[in-house]
Amino acid sequence: MIAIIGNGIAGVTAARYIRKRSQEEILIISAESKYFFSRTALMYVYMGHMKFEHLEPYEPHFWEKNRIQLKQARVSSINTDQKELELENGEKIAFDSLILATGSKPNKFGWKGQDLKRVGGLYSKQDLEYVEKCSDILETAVIVGGGLIGIELAEMFLSRNKEVHFLVREANFWGGVLPTEDSQFIMEHFKKHHGLHMHYEDELEEIISNENGEAKAVLTKSGKTIDCQFVGLTAGVSPNIGVTEGTSIETNRGIKVNRFLETNIKDVYAIGDCAEFNEPLPDRRPIEQVWYTGKFMGETVAKTITGERSAYNPGHWFNSAKFFDIEYQTYGNVLNKLSEGQSEFIFKDVDRNVLLHFVFETESRRFVGVNNFGIRLRHPLFNEWLLQGATIEEVLKNLRSANFDPEFYKKYETAVINQFNAEFNTSIELEKAKWWQTLIAK
Amino acid sequence: MVANFNREVIMANINFSLSGDQAEALSRKAKISLGLLITGIVLFAWGIYADGKGLATYYKILGFFMVCTGSGLFYNKRWYTSVGSILFVAGIALAYLGSLESKETEYLLYISGFSGMMLGSMLFTYDPEKKYNLKTHYFKQSNWSQRIGLFLSGLGVGIMFVAWLGNINLDPSWLYLSLTLGSMALGILLYTYGTYNGHTAGIKNNHVMFNAMTNRGVLGFVAGILLTLFYIQLYWHSESLTSLISLFDSWSELKRGKPADQWFVYGTLYSFVILFLGVKFIIKYRNNRYQLIRTIVVILSQLILADMIPTIMEAMNYNGTSAEIGEKTRYLGYDANPVQSWPLNYDAFTPGNIQAYTYEGHQPVGMAYFFWSIVLFLVVTPVVTYYVGKRWYCSWFCGCGGLAETAGDSYRHLSNKSVKAWKIERWVIHSILVFVLIMTIASLYPYLTGSEFVIGFATLNKTLFFFIAAALLILCVFLFYRWYKKSNRKVLLAGAIISIFILLFLSIAFFNGKSNVFVIDSKSIKSAYSFFIGAAFSGVIGVGFYPILGNRVWCRFGCPMAGYMGLFQRFKSRFRITTNGSQCISCGNCSTYCEQGIDVRAYAQKGENIVRSSCVGCGICSAVCPRGVLKLENGPEEGRFEPNPLEITKDGVKLNM
Repeated sequence: MIAIIGNGIAGVTAARYIRKRSQEEILIISAESKYFFSRTALMYVYMGHMKFEHLEPYEPHFWEKNRIQLKQARVSSINTDQKELELENGEKIAFDSLILATGSKPNKFGWKGQDLKRVGGLYSKQDLEYVEKCSDILETAVIVGGGLIGIELAEMFLSRNKEVHFLVREANFWGGVLPTEDSQFIMEHFKKHHGLHMHYEDELEEIISNENGEAKAVLTKSGKTIDCQFVGLTAGVSPNIGVTEGTSIETNRGIKVNRFLETNIKDVYAIGDCAEFNEPLPDRRPIEQVWYTGKFMGETVAKTITGERSAYNPGHWFNSAKFFDIEYQTYGNVLNKLSEGQSEFIFKDVDRNVLLHFVFETESRRFVGVNNFGIRLRHPLFNEWLLQGATIEEVLKNLRSANFDPEFYKKYETAVINQFNAEFNTSIELEKAKWWQTLIAK
Repeated sequence: MVANFNREVIMANINFSLSGDQAEALSRKAKISLGLLITGIVLFAWGIYADGKGLATYYKILGFFMVCTGSGLFYNKRWYTSVGSILFVAGIALAYLGSLESKETEYLLYISGFSGMMLGSMLFTYDPEKKYNLKTHYFKQSNWSQRIGLFLSGLGVGIMFVAWLGNINLDPSWLYLSLTLGSMALGILLYTYGTYNGHTAGIKNNHVMFNAMTNRGVLGFVAGILLTLFYIQLYWHSESLTSLISLFDSWSELKRGKPADQWFVYGTLYSFVILFLGVKFIIKYRNNRYQLIRTIVVILSQLILADMIPTIMEAMNYNGTSAEIGEKTRYLGYDANPVQSWPLNYDAFTPGNIQAYTYEGHQPVGMAYFFWSIVLFLVVTPVVTYYVGKRWYCSWFCGCGGLAETAGDSYRHLSNKSVKAWKIERWVIHSILVFVLIMTIASLYPYLTGSEFVIGFATLNKTLFFFIAAALLILCVFLFYRWYKKSNRKVLLAGAIISIFILLFLSIAFFNGKSNVFVIDSKSIKSAYSFFIGAAFSGVIGVGFYPILGNRVWCRFGCPMAGYMGLFQRFKSRFRITTNGSQCISCGNCSTYCEQGIDVRAYAQKGENIVRSSCVGCGICSAVCPRGVLKLENGPEEGRFEPNPLEITKDGVKLNM
């Protein structure tokens, strides 16, 4: 019997891939929700784009049909010697293998007032319900921490015509990940939103309470006081490892795992947001808190558990996000600062909200990565280019084939090539669009 | 190997067993309920057919109860979905009985029948967690432009209601019509301005799920009732519309020199709605050039092809009642629209129309239309569908589609995404395709045994018809079989078998000199089709039920054109929706906003292409995707079905080729 604690993308992917390869009993335990749902879409429930049930990728009959048992309960303790879990209601569950996929929780850095009422994050279903509840008298909200979840909260509140004050520690939004130009590009876009007030290089000092123990204002490090009826804490997330307390499972910030996603205890694995790699992969962080990596880890651990011991090998980095109306995708490794021996090429069309930021090795011309805003690019094609070590010329030459925008969209490839040729003194010629699979096959 | 893989992909696509056991045998309950349904329908139909003779009434009653019980059992998530299904089916039966009755009882039966269907739909789409109320935070946050816009639209609609429901003749009609349409137009534009002005272009679905109009709240229900009532009166009780019709008299006189009738009113309102709600749609999706261009074509298709050309045809006297042939030639309206093709235009190849095409006084336009209708259905449709999918028609040129995309945009998320709905859809839509084929042959063949038409160098008589029909049916058998071999979908054999059966019936009739091809007389078949499918399904339920069942119920479950093109789109076409590698975050926007009820997310999260016969290529899934995961495109046939996810292999993430 394989027990999985956590029904997020990592745990559920593990369950699905185990079921594809074996008939062993599978049980998914989650304290958060009855069925797996996509937490990336919680914001859309608040905004009224979808109902919560729309977030559930699988119909209820899917779990029965595939004999994956679900239990909505909280695990109170794990006994790895007896190979037994105990739930809060006292029930004991025996397992042969255990997968910990408990996800993350919003960071709290010990701010005064961080545990008041009307203060919350946006990670779980319960967080969403709390924000909804607090929206009754909400006129102004303060969001602390400039990252992806913060921007989601901001968009949520703006959709209901609330005033939003956003405290961002860095000078540039998401400056830890985005290069300066890219960051300033989206910061320009923020200015177009009425009701959104950005406070860069400012941090939370204290959350001030009213007589009912609810947040009523925020004091920032720069001395500003902002009245509000909700404080969103979105200064990152940390692995949710509380379930390992009392066990001998090794943890640090996260649950320590090796390349095979095995913890120090035999038959106990950890995947997704809650896992921390003893030896991070080159160019990757020890903790990966992204939807895709959770999925890949789930797939990998399923192979290991069903007899094909596999190392986690996610391949080349990719990610995506959305900053209000600007879509962002990235393929390869574009860091916030250019490294030694690297060159960059930036194409920007401010009127159309389009930015392309290419990074490549100066000497070898090898394509390193791209950040694209407001223009969609083909993932499988870029992945192949990264695998093949294609040059920047090869990539730019075939830019038309890499376009993933809907039909009739304005095309930028000619302008991009012309600018690159001018800047780098090259004479690349744009090839006409080819079906991308034929490009790879050759 | 490939066939097995395809089957696995298809099975996995519909969220079925992951472990490889492919059998999706119907549960016992489903078998019983289907059995009841089918037996009940047969009994009921027999009772109607044998009306007057002995046990006919008992057959009808028994059949009715069996059908109700069957439907209640079949769709029974909760007690109210069962009751809903029963009411729905009972409603259909009542409405049909209405069509057989005399004027007085007819109207009453229609009203109760369609009320049953509406109540049934409300019940089986009931969401126990939702509160059905008028109050929404949405209204509290509206700005002045939106409020004035809503008020003006309401005013315009109100004036129409005075004429329609109040039965008051508004005189002078030009004044009141201008006021009505002018208010509505200005109201829509102001509302649109208020909603989208000052916001950056992008996805604009805020509050859709909170709004009583768009989320099956009281406003939606009321709108549905009014729309349905309008359609019932339009088709079967135009006496109720006299005052409303007179409101359009001056416009009708101006446009075509004669007083208005209910179809003129319908056509005018239809074009009006597509134009102004089309403008609203364009502004809502202004960041998306595909939507912009598509909607402009939708609007032009309605205004020019569906409205202007038929009007010109009428003005040039290619219409009206011809004393010599004693039948309305019907060039005006539906048939004179150059993109109205068989089988959607089910009248295209009936005796009355062919008489009209070949009538001396209508030449050369008549023969041009005749040849064009054949070319359109036999050549243009399959070829264009091969290159770009059925979207060229369903989302660009079709009038039903045009209304669905513009006026129906607010309701697209109400489509049912469940696997069960998909199963029902596949059976219903293909049955209707078979029905329309049978109906056309059944109407035309008997007529050709009695008369013949001279068309240019040839004579259309029963012999020519037989050989052409036989050739086409054999082609169908060949295609179905070929597609079965390629995709391993056994149900395609049913298509081949049905084609063979039709060919058999036709051959028997031809070689035995009989005029009745399918036992039942052609008038009954035709009237059943035009009542159930042409009027009740396509019209009343198709549009009347927008606020309850979504904007594409007809397109998804009924339209034979969609069924026909869908077969090509699925088995022989270059169209697909590509999913972008592994970028999908399973948010669900695509599935939620798919008007055809396709679970787009199920494909996207696996990185598989979406190739579904029901996809109309509206492009909304791609428009609402927040991560750029979906792209409608036409590409090489090879590899259209292979999943292209990035797979984790021991060498790292690689493309699965």
